[in-house]
Amino acid sequence: MGLKAPHSMGTTIIGVTYNGGVVLGADSRTSTGMYIANRASDKITQLTDNVYICRSGSAANSQIVSDHVRYFLHQHTTQLGQPATVKVAANLVRLISYNNKNMLETGLIVGGWDKYEGGKIYAIPLGGTIIEQPFAIGGSGSSYLYGFFDQAWKEKMTKDEAEQLVGKAVSLAMARDGASGGVVRTVIINSDGVIRNFYPGDGLPLWHEELESHNSLLDILNASGPEPMNI
Amino acid sequence: MSKSLVDVPPMGGFSFDLCRRNDMLAKKGVNPPSFRKTGTTIVGIVFQDGVILGADTRATEGPIVCDKNCEKIHYMAPNIYCCGAGTAADTEAVTDMVSSQLQLHRYHTGRESRVITALTLLKKHLFNYQGYVSAALVLGGVDCTGPHLHTIYPHGSTDTLPFATMGSGSLAAMAIFESKYREGLNRDEGIKLVCEAICSGVFNDLGSGSNVDVCVITKRGSN
Repeated sequence: MGLKAPHSMGTTIIGVTYNGGVVLGADSRTSTGMYIANRASDKITQLTDNVYICRSGSAANSQIVSDHVRYFLHQHTTQLGQPATVKVAANLVRLISYNNKNMLETGLIVGGWDKYEGGKIYAIPLGGTIIEQPFAIGGSGSSYLYGFFDQAWKEKMTKDEAEQLVGKAVSLAMARDGASGGVVRTVIINSDGVIRNFYPGDGLPLWHEELESHNSLLDILNASGPEPMNI
Repeated sequence: MSKSLVDVPPMGGFSFDLCRRNDMLAKKGVNPPSFRKTGTTIVGIVFQDGVILGADTRATEGPIVCDKNCEKIHYMAPNIYCCGAGTAADTEAVTDMVSSQLQLHRYHTGRESRVITALTLLKKHLFNYQGYVSAALVLGGVDCTGPHLHTIYPHGSTDTLPFATMGSGSLAAMAIFESKYREGLNRDEGIKLVCEAICSGVFNDLGSGSNVDVCVITKRGSN
């Protein structure tokens, strides 16, 4: 069954800049081998008030890397006396990723907003390269999105266009990648702060050959009892 | 291998050289003695007033049941308990160690232990040993910030969930939770659900069996 396989996040993670900030998006599936260990995980974790990180690859490695970076960033913020910039956060992630490249297996996307550069996205794939990009995709589901972004991405989008683009992209990847699924989580970071959104699986648009979901079987099982939990 | 290499370790940190040697021997057909594992079904849920943990009580050594009534719900703190699946020695040792660390921390701070403290201590330890400490844990408790339930995997990754299952019987138990769990269960409904989930593991998994242990943790106390 492969339950002994390390906890890995198949994943689709996306980071997109827009006119005034960034939108980060991710699916929510964590698998051990072929079993889904957590169907509602949160892969977008906070590093500071204005910088978030999307994690993919090995769950343990990415959690530990983000814990270490959060700790160093906290010290850095105290010593600096003002909020850390996205560039500093991304470089801290890069240093840990690169210096431990033999032992780590994580692909990360750092995104945030600071007052000097505005919204920025940095991708740090396996190996520890750091690339600043207007949009970044990562994880196993990203293979299905390269063409989509080439066509759909444009500069200077508004906040709503960017969030819709991210939601659509994650849901397309979830439709084709077995290792991505669950719900779509998005985080919007701009000068006003951070907004977290959550789109449950059955609310997403249906793509080619997908059928409408019916809960009818569960309703039969629970005719007299209360509604089963819906994530 | 020259003598000087054996005498002085090159840098700090745990040396995994013997693990490579073990893997090489296993490939050649020399197998280590099988160790006592807890086949196991362990579960946890968050209910209205706190957390309920459940576990079966069978311990196996390869195909033989070596202990028909072993205790898999370990004490961590008066308000925190932890179920363990995987190698019995590893789960016992890791939970005892963190339980002692939590007690020292309580003396140091003068406050009740928090579940997140236990989580971080366990996660750091398991990550440092890169998955070789084969302990898969369901950690639950109630502290001043509310009820918490976490799962911890042998490689050190953690998840925070309203209901969780681990062990070889986890698929059977998760099936019960997915169809019957809802938020805001009361104590009796919660205990019934946990028992059903463990029984599902016991009936459908060869590695789980015997009795069902249940532990209820609320703000007022644990039993």
